[in-house]
Amino acid sequence: MVKPKRIIIKEEYCIGCRLCEIYCVTKHSCAKEIIKMYKEKKIASESGICFEEKGSISFAIQCRHCDDAPCLEACITGAMFRDKDTGRVLHNKEKCVGCWMCVMVCPVGVVKISQSEKRVASKCDLCIDREFPACVENCPNEAIYVVDYEGKKITKE
Amino acid sequence: METKYLIIGNSIAGVSCIEGIRSIDNVGKIVVVSKEDIQNYSRPLISYYLAGKISENSMAFRSAEFYKENSIELILNVTALSIDTKNNTLITNTGNIRFEKLLIASGGSPIVPNIQGYSKDIQGIFTFTSFSEAKKLKKYVEEEKIDNAVILGGGLIGLKCAEGLLEHNIKIHMVELSDRLLSSTLDKDASNFIETVLMEKGCVVYKNDTIENIYSENNKISKVKLKSGKEIETKLLVIAVGVKPETSFVKDTGIQCNRGILVDQFMKTNISNIFAAGDVAEGKNLITEKSSLIAIWPVAARQGKIAGINMAGGSAVYEGMFPMNAVEIAGVPVISFGITAVDNLENYEILKKSDGKTYKKIVLHNNKIVGSIFLGKIERSGIYAGLIKNQINVAEFKSFLLEEDFGLLILPEKYRKHIVVGDGIEV
Repeated sequence: MVKPKRIIIKEEYCIGCRLCEIYCVTKHSCAKEIIKMYKEKKIASESGICFEEKGSISFAIQCRHCDDAPCLEACITGAMFRDKDTGRVLHNKEKCVGCWMCVMVCPVGVVKISQSEKRVASKCDLCIDREFPACVENCPNEAIYVVDYEGKKITKE
Repeated sequence: METKYLIIGNSIAGVSCIEGIRSIDNVGKIVVVSKEDIQNYSRPLISYYLAGKISENSMAFRSAEFYKENSIELILNVTALSIDTKNNTLITNTGNIRFEKLLIASGGSPIVPNIQGYSKDIQGIFTFTSFSEAKKLKKYVEEEKIDNAVILGGGLIGLKCAEGLLEHNIKIHMVELSDRLLSSTLDKDASNFIETVLMEKGCVVYKNDTIENIYSENNKISKVKLKSGKEIETKLLVIAVGVKPETSFVKDTGIQCNRGILVDQFMKTNISNIFAAGDVAEGKNLITEKSSLIAIWPVAARQGKIAGINMAGGSAVYEGMFPMNAVEIAGVPVISFGITAVDNLENYEILKKSDGKTYKKIVLHNNKIVGSIFLGKIERSGIYAGLIKNQINVAEFKSFLLEEDFGLLILPEKYRKHIVVGDGIEV
């Protein structure tokens, strides 16, 4: 199995700005650009990030693309699948019927319910079409960064 | 016919077994026999099909390529009759198949209680556990222009069926023997929520009641009479009182059964080359520590995969799971885990919160979560399932369990890091 790259979280570096969420939504919107997206009004996507904050601690967490992913086993439609080329756990919204089995079994609690027109599951795809996930690229303090399958940090050159 | 691996049943346990085997053995011949007539379909999707939300083409959870890529010989319309365990042979209605390793993943079959006036020849009486039944039911509903129906059983099958029928604007009379709907997974409060939602949709729920008599005219159902005396005229009755493990062909084979087939932690039966998984098998319940039937999709998937790995000579252990359910009724999602209703309050601590639209309940035993219900708002509920599974002591953060923004942040650091990344990577 190809192992996916992973997003590592350093909660002590998180300044709670939530830019990760904003850029996640922007990237997954039709407009792909922050002002245009805002003007679209109907936000066609939602953030794949769960942002947590309590007192002075905060962090952003998204799908871990687990090696032994319970959501893959629980999916009754096959909408949740492992991408053979990248090892990522991806989700096909067309196939999903919104049975919430994935929500039920995810121990990290990062599968959300889509707020767009179809009530289906929604989660992080590690920004499938770009080298760097939007959240990581826009984190101002490296509170989230990407490692390859060996755990080596990937930096943008 | 001869094969290295033989799998009885082509639903998620059987398919996961294929995946388990192929993760170790890429060449060994695999034969799958199914009593049904379709290459692949997802059983839980039949209510979505009935509702008209998905088409027949969208019923598969694995594509035709899956069977091709894994070199599976799939034989449909075959009924298993018996197993000759001495000669490693499955006896079917179409011939014998010799095997080296066998998986029994035959699932369950619907229970039809003995009701006066019932005959399987009467038109308009259905069960609702397979695609072929769902197809017949949908056709009947459309052709007969059904506008009212009786469903016997207010459990998961009955409710899923109701959900499907509601899309056809059918008035539903739901008859439930116990004092609440979804009695095996919900407590009274949550059940009341569901009942209210159903009533708003025009359903009538009869609790503590059952059907005493079925009346028919010209071999078509015309009326049912309840134990309480109430009579309901109807052209459609769905019997949804539950399923029992399909073990009829296991009788007198020497394979040990309780209600389901008994297996060890490798999903192996008492016969060393015969395994069982899914709704037909009894596995370990992590909460009660006892062997029990947990007839849900994720359990079947996990058990099938583990059986497959062990059948192919690998080593994988089934750690056990616990009952859990996700269902959406009339737009209200509900997720429940483990023990949700307890009578003996001395041994349990209950935390609950409701705002009229949502309901959340946590059941604790010795400061560990043993059950919970999430109604209306279900996101992040999987974190609680993790706490149950890993038997985490929640004493330190108990007061946060009902909080709106409950998340990983309040969990003990060690556990948090463990679930977020596994070994060797920091949070």
